[in-house]
Amino acid sequence: MNYIIMINIFKRILDSFFSRIFRGKKKARLGLYGPPNGGKTTLANKICQDWLGEDMGTTSNIAHETREIQIKEQITIKSRGKELTFNLVDTPGIATKIDYEDFLKHMSAQSAKTRAKEATKGVIDAIKWLDDMDVVIVVLDSTLDPYSQVNITIIGNLQARNIPVIIAANKIDLKKANIKRIESAFPQYKVIGISAKLGTHIDEFYEELIKIS
Amino acid sequence: MLTLEFIPYTEIANLDSESRIKKLINVVKQEKIVLLEGRLKEEEETELIKKTMEAITDKFTGIELGVINPQEKDTSFYQTVQKVLARILLGKREGFTIIGPANIVKQIKKDPNKIQLFTKDSNKKKKSKMKK
Repeated sequence: MNYIIMINIFKRILDSFFSRIFRGKKKARLGLYGPPNGGKTTLANKICQDWLGEDMGTTSNIAHETREIQIKEQITIKSRGKELTFNLVDTPGIATKIDYEDFLKHMSAQSAKTRAKEATKGVIDAIKWLDDMDVVIVVLDSTLDPYSQVNITIIGNLQARNIPVIIAANKIDLKKANIKRIESAFPQYKVIGISAKLGTHIDEFYEELIKIS
Repeated sequence: MLTLEFIPYTEIANLDSESRIKKLINVVKQEKIVLLEGRLKEEEETELIKKTMEAITDKFTGIELGVINPQEKDTSFYQTVQKVLARILLGKREGFTIIGPANIVKQIKKDPNKIQLFTKDSNKKKKSKMKK
């Protein structure tokens, strides 16, 4: 018998127990975590546009566009007759290095220096906020290798803290997208393939969010 | 020249989390690649990233991190209990952790069973050889 499966079942029971706390909280926090450029802010914008009619933050192709924690309060989402209210927390991408030289390709030396400084602070803040989350959506770029240590560290930490997790395999509108690779990397979690940019499978995402919470 | 420093688990086993992380970052900041026996706790790995960010300067741009774990396939209940007890008593000694300075190590690529380390220096050397 595979004991890893047994441990996963036990973990799901624990998750379910802890996630019940989420329902009772007035200011339950739903965090968007992941590496830079996975599409966290694009997903935050999609959620805010769908339920509040406004954007949350700016997006760009340059890494570390979001360098400060951003919060939208009291978002209520509805799916199949059920609803869920939460405060949405968009976090800066977690990275182990800050590539100043990469910033230089897109901006002046002074702007790159400022961006690098802000990005380091952003990573620190994102990690500090981990403890305050009730549910976390890990947003991964489905065109990239999911076995990066940052992904494993973020997800391992959430698991150790017993925080319920959904993995959003983003950018499925791109040719190189591979959801199965993410599913096999993190079999203990529900993986939903979405395109935050185009809104693909977003209803399934909302349904799962209500289910886990 | 690449310098690899092997740190046996016994060297960090009796240190608290903060001292462990400090020790590892200090070695990496000397432009050495750390090969640590075993792995850090999940919370320590996150703390390592946080402390790395706090240590970033013009010269030290961060780290590349990779952990390789042996696969636990079809172990018996007795073996599982043994492993859990060993982890509690002795720490996470299984596998290896590689930590390299980001200005030297370009990428640590891994799948569950193998790990590849790409350095920036070796690329430069390759390019310079090609020019000759």
